[in-house]
Amino acid sequence: MPDRPMIQIAGVSKAYGSFKALDDATLTIREGEFFSLLGPSGCGKTTLLRMIAGFDTPTEGTIAIDGQPMDGIPANRRPTNMVFQSYAIFPHLNVDQNVAYGLKRLKLGAAEERRRVDEALAQVSLSGLGKRGATELSGGQRQRVALARALVMRPKVLLLDEPLSALDKKLREQMQVELRRLQQAVGITFVLVTHDQYEALGMSDRIAVMFGGRIAQVAAPSQIYQRPVNRQVADFLGGMNFIRANVVETNGTAITVETAGFGRVKTEKPSGFNDETRETTLGIRPERLRVLWDDAKAKHEIAGTIVDRHYFGEITHFIVDVPGFEKTLSVSESNNFGADDLPVGAPVRLGYDPDALVALAD
Amino acid sequence: MTAAAERSGAASAHRIRRGTLLRSEQAQGIALISPTFLYALILLVAPVLVVIAHSFWTQDFLTIDRTFTLEQYRIALTEPIYRDLLARSLYISLTVSILTVFLAYPIAYYISFHGGAHKSLWLFVITIPFWTSYLLRVMSWKVILGYNGVLNSGLMGLGIIDEPSTSFLYNTNAVIITLTHAWAAFAVLPIFVSLEKVDRTLLEAAKDLGDGPIRSFLRVTLPLTLPGVISALLIVMIPTVGDYVTPKLVGGKDGVMIATAIETQFKRGANWPLGAALSVITMTVVTVMAASIVFVIRQAGRRVR
Repeated sequence: MPDRPMIQIAGVSKAYGSFKALDDATLTIREGEFFSLLGPSGCGKTTLLRMIAGFDTPTEGTIAIDGQPMDGIPANRRPTNMVFQSYAIFPHLNVDQNVAYGLKRLKLGAAEERRRVDEALAQVSLSGLGKRGATELSGGQRQRVALARALVMRPKVLLLDEPLSALDKKLREQMQVELRRLQQAVGITFVLVTHDQYEALGMSDRIAVMFGGRIAQVAAPSQIYQRPVNRQVADFLGGMNFIRANVVETNGTAITVETAGFGRVKTEKPSGFNDETRETTLGIRPERLRVLWDDAKAKHEIAGTIVDRHYFGEITHFIVDVPGFEKTLSVSESNNFGADDLPVGAPVRLGYDPDALVALAD
Repeated sequence: MTAAAERSGAASAHRIRRGTLLRSEQAQGIALISPTFLYALILLVAPVLVVIAHSFWTQDFLTIDRTFTLEQYRIALTEPIYRDLLARSLYISLTVSILTVFLAYPIAYYISFHGGAHKSLWLFVITIPFWTSYLLRVMSWKVILGYNGVLNSGLMGLGIIDEPSTSFLYNTNAVIITLTHAWAAFAVLPIFVSLEKVDRTLLEAAKDLGDGPIRSFLRVTLPLTLPGVISALLIVMIPTVGDYVTPKLVGGKDGVMIATAIETQFKRGANWPLGAALSVITMTVVTVMAASIVFVIRQAGRRVR
């Protein structure tokens, strides 16, 4: 049954004294979805996760899981399990005992318990390490034990609180792939909290971007990346060129703006845009601008001069000065066409697709 | 000439050996701790050795006969009075230490988990009874438990008893109550320290995996604080076995402990060797008991999982 709601968050706020950690969050997470809460530290994403888990109670609003309101239900009686940021592996127990911890209460019988522990350990590729002590594990292994310990409970929702932040880059990238594969295999709803946009983009079905206790945008990764609703979201999800633009006309869901180099552009109106505003921002991602070689032609192009370049291996970053723009443009160009040969000071023409231009609320 | 060469060769070999010895990490370690080690040796080991030596001698009025004999151990182990006193001392110290831990654990738990910003204030408050002398604290229990004491008049005022009871003071229970009160704070500290070290996320994890507060306490908090519990038990048990002030003041005839007997042998009894033998036996028994407590609790801790 696709699109069935699993977690319904309605008008949830959390206040600590006069400080609002979370302000009026409304959100629906679907069954079997890999959902990410993305934002900088202090944006309220962990607070929201902890309220879904039942460790914190909302000041206002309600949370329902699988149709059941969770008001007053403590964490130990919720159909959720959590992978903690510090993993919280019980130091006095070995791997088997850690994974079986929650099963003990269910009184499954020794054989069934054994079977489920082995199954969970196999899911996280830890078979055969059951007798290891908790203190004899590497960071990656601890993370897998924490994952197995939660999965073995067969929760309706698995909550992950920055599970990869303590791992080194290589392992983190490997675990991203594995987490995604695991989620597809078990079909459980995953809710991931992260401040790493690549992690969120790479693993999620949908992402909620949060700032200062508010949810700024909820959408699929490509939508979030290509059609951010405002400058803050656009900026958080990687580099973007911002160009001041005059509003020519607003009409329903469309907006027409005008800038020096790009001329008149008609694009989607960002949600919550105030029609009275006369000036706004036009954004374009650096990789959506491409260098036009020699006499190559593009339907839409602008011209400028290279003022600086940064070599990053697979790409080169050009800083291009375009007449009429307040600021320079960033252009990232794949190096497989020899972009690294282009010198500073050279004139350059940049091709773009008008679809890549997006109007942003400030 | 050959002899001289040999001598110098031997000397240089000696120098080399000394050189490597001093350069080895082990030797440096020993050298570094030697001042404190000597200090400990003089103040701790030497007196014990003197006591052990005495226990193998005999005393004839004022002179000590230094011929080796096991006679004192025979007396100490066969005389029923010493056996009874030792058994009572062990019973009292074991009861006191267990009671103390049971009383101290909730206090330590409260301070650690609910003390908030005032943890050190709470710990400070706990030390307040120690500002008065140990003797005064024991004496005040006499005031509470005595014939005309607070407890008796209170119970009479409530109409629970008609005349003052003599069963509160001058018996084993009076010793147990007094010692438990006197040592409670010593048990709070090690338990508090071990509770402070428990990662609170582990308790959230236990809750997340379905445990209520009691289960998560028994399965996570308690096993992780066992080292604190063990040290609290030992800290209280070991000194209370040898306590003789409290039994003397509130114990009466039924509260006499082994230390009183040892004191008598050294003073009025004028039999140092017997006193020494009793001391050595007490030390041995306490060591064995402490070791078995550590062992039993460790095993029980393993079982809980």
